[in-house]
Amino acid sequence: MLPETLPVGIAEAIPTHLRRRSRGRFASRGGAWVVGLSVLVSLLALLPIAFVVGVYLQTGWSTLVPLVFRPRVGELLVNTVLLVVITIPLCIALGVALAWLTERTNLPGRRWWSLLATAPLAVPAFVHSYAWVSLVPPIHGLFAGVLVSVIAYFPFLYLPVAATLRRLDPAIEDVSESLGLKPWAVFFRVVLPQLRLAICGGALLVGLHLLAEYGLYAMIRFDTFTTAIFDQFKSTFNGPAANLLAGVLALCCLAMLTAESAARGNARYARVGSGSAREQRVVQLSAPLKALALFLQIITCVLALGVPLFTLGKWLMAGGTQVWDLPELLPALEQTLLLGVAGAALTTCAAIPIAWLSIRSPGRLQRLLEGCNYITSSLPGIVVALALVTATIHFARPIYQTTITVLLAYLLMFLPRALVSLRAGIAQAPVELENMARSLGRSPARALWLITLRLAAPGAAAGAALVFLAITNELTATLLLAPNGTRTLATGFWAMTSEIDYAAAAPYALLMIVLSLPLTGLLYHQSKKTAGR
Amino acid sequence: MISRLPSFLKKALLATALVSAGHVYAADSVGIVVYNAQHEGLTKAWVEGFTQETGIPVTLRNGDDTEMGNQIVQEGAASPADVFLTENSPAMVLVDNAGLFAPVDKTTLEQVDSAYRPAHGKWVGIAARSTVFVYNPSKLPETQLPKSIMDLAAPAWKGRWAASPGGADFQAIVAAILEQKGEAATLEWLKAMKTNFTAYRGNSSVLKAVNAGQIDSGVIYHYYSLVDQSKTGENSQNTALHYFKHKDPGAFVSISGGGVLASSQHKEQAQAFLKYVTGKEGQDTLKNGTSFEYAVGKNAQSNPKLVPLQQLDAPTVDASKLDSKKAVELMTQAGLL
Repeated sequence: MLPETLPVGIAEAIPTHLRRRSRGRFASRGGAWVVGLSVLVSLLALLPIAFVVGVYLQTGWSTLVPLVFRPRVGELLVNTVLLVVITIPLCIALGVALAWLTERTNLPGRRWWSLLATAPLAVPAFVHSYAWVSLVPPIHGLFAGVLVSVIAYFPFLYLPVAATLRRLDPAIEDVSESLGLKPWAVFFRVVLPQLRLAICGGALLVGLHLLAEYGLYAMIRFDTFTTAIFDQFKSTFNGPAANLLAGVLALCCLAMLTAESAARGNARYARVGSGSAREQRVVQLSAPLKALALFLQIITCVLALGVPLFTLGKWLMAGGTQVWDLPELLPALEQTLLLGVAGAALTTCAAIPIAWLSIRSPGRLQRLLEGCNYITSSLPGIVVALALVTATIHFARPIYQTTITVLLAYLLMFLPRALVSLRAGIAQAPVELENMARSLGRSPARALWLITLRLAAPGAAAGAALVFLAITNELTATLLLAPNGTRTLATGFWAMTSEIDYAAAAPYALLMIVLSLPLTGLLYHQSKKTAGR
Repeated sequence: MISRLPSFLKKALLATALVSAGHVYAADSVGIVVYNAQHEGLTKAWVEGFTQETGIPVTLRNGDDTEMGNQIVQEGAASPADVFLTENSPAMVLVDNAGLFAPVDKTTLEQVDSAYRPAHGKWVGIAARSTVFVYNPSKLPETQLPKSIMDLAAPAWKGRWAASPGGADFQAIVAAILEQKGEAATLEWLKAMKTNFTAYRGNSSVLKAVNAGQIDSGVIYHYYSLVDQSKTGENSQNTALHYFKHKDPGAFVSISGGGVLASSQHKEQAQAFLKYVTGKEGQDTLKNGTSFEYAVGKNAQSNPKLVPLQQLDAPTVDASKLDSKKAVELMTQAGLL
């Protein structure tokens, strides 16, 4: 689930001299096919954007105006904007508070709290919503949307903020304190500004999820652009209203990307000077503060983990052995695993050329190619799926309704997840070794495979795991694109909850959580490592 | 080039190709593909009975009426579907208007009461469902029940009723109102609905909300509370059903349709499937199963727990004229979609 949380930690960790040194001569020699492949992958990534633009160009002005400029679109815009502007600050506040408590204070059991703050990620967002709806049936609307979103997505902020907090040089804080700043002022004027990149990255990730999520909001009856597009799809397949709404949603995503890159600023965050930073001081909390902090941790845990686990347990008990309909569950599990593994393998392979270029031969072309992939992956699954349905039905009939199309959608949506980890891995493989293999007569591809990719394997594995996790919980694109007869855990869960058969849905939810747990653990472990601990 | 690819790349490509090939193969093999917009449980029961009897495997693609109807229209002559089953007629009309259905076998047509199939015989009724007004008697006394579905547009009903406008069921009801009352009156009713009603996703959710007292009443189909009562009854025990009758647009009985695609490569098997569904065994599934939909076969019995179809005094609506496209357009215009 977490692509952009990692670059905050990792991108800065790549020494710039490593990127520079390898430029030039090398790329021009063996790199032609790598460039070719990268261009190919990036062109694919442009497909959904071409679709959105195409729809607008093709739809006549007279059709477009009444479908886009109507009160319903206004309602959806208000809903979506309110959701974003309320949820993101709450996520930031909660994420930063929890990160500070677990990283900087003597809160009892802070290692455990840190793990527990990551764990909600193992619960798919629509399972959070399912838990709340069956616990408090009348819950709905903006309040419910904000509540469940904060609970489901705050770890996206917690993780990068905690990782950054761990690396901060305490010297700056000491200096400001010695100059007379009170502890609170130190936090807001010195610590918080240093967290800017982590907060921006995490907030962007949360924001994109808010725009793209369908299941969460559908279940608690909160209409956003994504749910409205889905309603239109269910009534008209890829009719003009669905496609035009998709265009508006795509614009919202681009606006969010732009806002984030503007908010990042150009400040320098790396420490200056020789030697290593001193150990950070642990803040001693006073007893009432400690109680308050523990209360915050406990309440977060109860809401984000307690509620889903309690509800799931309740339904599993109520359903008994009857809901474990193995002839249905096992094929769903098998298909989820197959799609996950194939999707992760394909996406990771497709990321290799771009990742290699960005380390060995960074430049304008490479940044452009990478940008294409980031923009597309920020588009909601429903937009990508609508684009692929339309493209394959008209122009690529042989792959229409085949697994290839679903995998292609996964590739477009999740490529950056693989890219980020893979890039970090390749950056740590010395270019000299690859050059040496070339000088000993290995072809560029073999040198890349024998040397660099082997050294980058852990990064690639982490990237593949992230993609796998995302595919396991993917709902919208799978619903639209899956081949006839396909049922994954997510779509099975969705079919059951649509019939209000909450007990029968519980085993699907449990299996998704079990599949996600080890990967969430990996993510936690990786974020610790990023910070060098 | 391929030989120079690193071996793990080859393995990954191979795995991907195998997974894809498996599915492509499944779609092209001996069995038939049914695009199913009916309740999954019901169609699965039909499929199991059919496969057991004939040995013909069936692959299901599940979706919603008009979603799949539009999908088939776009897929055109190369549609992978052999059979299309819906919950309501408008999606059948959509596909039929595009000329994509093959005529249904005569023996199959003859199995079904002529009131539940269009005269041209391009598709056939497989089941039926009635519009119903579900209410919570503790919030809405019997004396205050509306006489007509059209009354729900009155200001007195503001905030008191629910529906699932995104679903094909409600859209079929709108199509029936459109057919009976015309475009202007329907749009006006829909605009009033936008002010008055509360949207839920799915008829089951409407029922659940009425049962919990979150809302006084709702417009859904008849079988949801019976299905719930056959299980735990937890989502319907506080509700009662009110049939509008008197040929009111709200007494609309919707015909679920089945048809064989003209593009089907397995027409014989597809026709056999439709014959099974409309035949004795298929219709008995409706009577004995837990779907609680009405049977439409000649001399077929519906579940005895249902109010008999003949007593519902439904309006006469020509199912082959229900216009889903216009209905969705009007609903979009009224801001419901």
